[in-house]
Amino acid sequence: MKYMDEYRDETLAQGLANKIKARSSRTVRLMEICGTHTMAIFRHGIRSLLPETIDLVSGPGCPVCVTAQEDIDRSVKLARIPGVIVTTFGDMLRVPGTDSSLQSENASGADVRMVYSTSDALKIARNNPERDVVFLGIGFETTAPTIAAAIRMAHDTGQTNFSVLSAHKLLPPAMDALLSGGNLEIDGFICPGHVTTIIGTAPYEGVVQKYGTPCVVVGFEPLDILQGILMLVEQIEEGRADVEIQYTRAVRPEGNPGALKIMEEIFEPCDSVWRGLGVIPKSGLAIREKYRSFDARGRFDLEVPRANEPPGCLCAEVLRGAAKPVECKLFRKACTPRSPVGPCMVSSEGTCAAYFKYHAP
Amino acid sequence: MCLGIPAKIIKIEHGMGIIDMEGTQKEVSLLLQEDAKVGDYVVVHAGFAIQKIDEEQALASLETLREMASELAEAESE
Ligand code: SF4
Repeated sequence: MKYMDEYRDETLAQGLANKIKARSSRTVRLMEICGTHTMAIFRHGIRSLLPETIDLVSGPGCPVCVTAQEDIDRSVKLARIPGVIVTTFGDMLRVPGTDSSLQSENASGADVRMVYSTSDALKIARNNPERDVVFLGIGFETTAPTIAAAIRMAHDTGQTNFSVLSAHKLLPPAMDALLSGGNLEIDGFICPGHVTTIIGTAPYEGVVQKYGTPCVVVGFEPLDILQGILMLVEQIEEGRADVEIQYTRAVRPEGNPGALKIMEEIFEPCDSVWRGLGVIPKSGLAIREKYRSFDARGRFDLEVPRANEPPGCLCAEVLRGAAKPVECKLFRKACTPRSPVGPCMVSSEGTCAAYFKYHAP
Repeated sequence: MCLGIPAKIIKIEHGMGIIDMEGTQKEVSLLLQEDAKVGDYVVVHAGFAIQKIDEEQALASLETLREMASELAEAESE
């Protein structure tokens, strides 16, 4: 495919790898915070091209994985309400909540449907006027505008049987939270390319200024990732900390103003609970008062008891980059993609699922 | 989950873009990228075009990589 294949050229990849090796004089730890990067790094064998001085760790970049256990329980509770159709992106179905998952609810008679786009969820609402259709709003800034757009469409067309359970997360506040903990060395961030097509580079300035941690916005093909790593290494070697864009073909410094506007119109920032990171101020999105009739939290009783993490599961540490999946006692034993214990093994882009698939035992 | 696929808009009908993905045609919403035109390449995420691809930037960045690779090759052969 155009704009993909040319960025997989092996000679150029080797050239970049050699340059990284030549430039890198000290050991650095770089964190990627996007599940798509996690998968791409494994799939293209990026680690095997890098010198020993570069340690790549995964952070809280998988939206399904960082969703709080209470929100999983809430979606299960929602599915049990008679007359409700729960619509969601695929990965959410199998995440185990405290005592059930959406998939098991579906098997016992609840109506849970996987959709590819919020437009599909709206279509289901249109075709089932006597039912309540709820979309589970999971995802980062890439996805949030598509959900804002659906709420606006529902509002404009009077689709009153549609609502959203908003559990969106914003990445830059999580980066800040990771660094402010102070007990984790991160020398640079491989920033998420598609999130940044929306938000632009300004939200990373805080991290760069406050902590002096370099940020490079990177694309998803092998050459993108290698070039992004080289740019980070150069910043570190030169003692600089800046926000730079490697993924220039898709990312503009100002982001996507139209998408930001619609997000701003529908949502307001709120404190949000992240699995593994706890409450992070202003890291979530709540539906504004004006659109509250489309907010599932207002329409249904979604109170759930405080939930605990699955016993023995290290997802919380894995999501902070503080442990690698192989350090979890359940990894590959009690926990596999077929019978996952934690969300990092469920989601196709979870760090544990990636290690299971690509990391030799 | 933030997967984005580059695809070319081949038609626009009633505000929806029709894209070509390796031979199959799909409908995408242009609500988040209202000035997209037929012929543009866009990044598609969850049924929405979220950004236009800048052809010039794409060519320039590949060019930089090629230059770098040939410089390295020269340095090695010296
Ligand atoms: S291997 Fe399974 S149990 Fe262990 S941290 Fe990963 S998801 Fe949790």
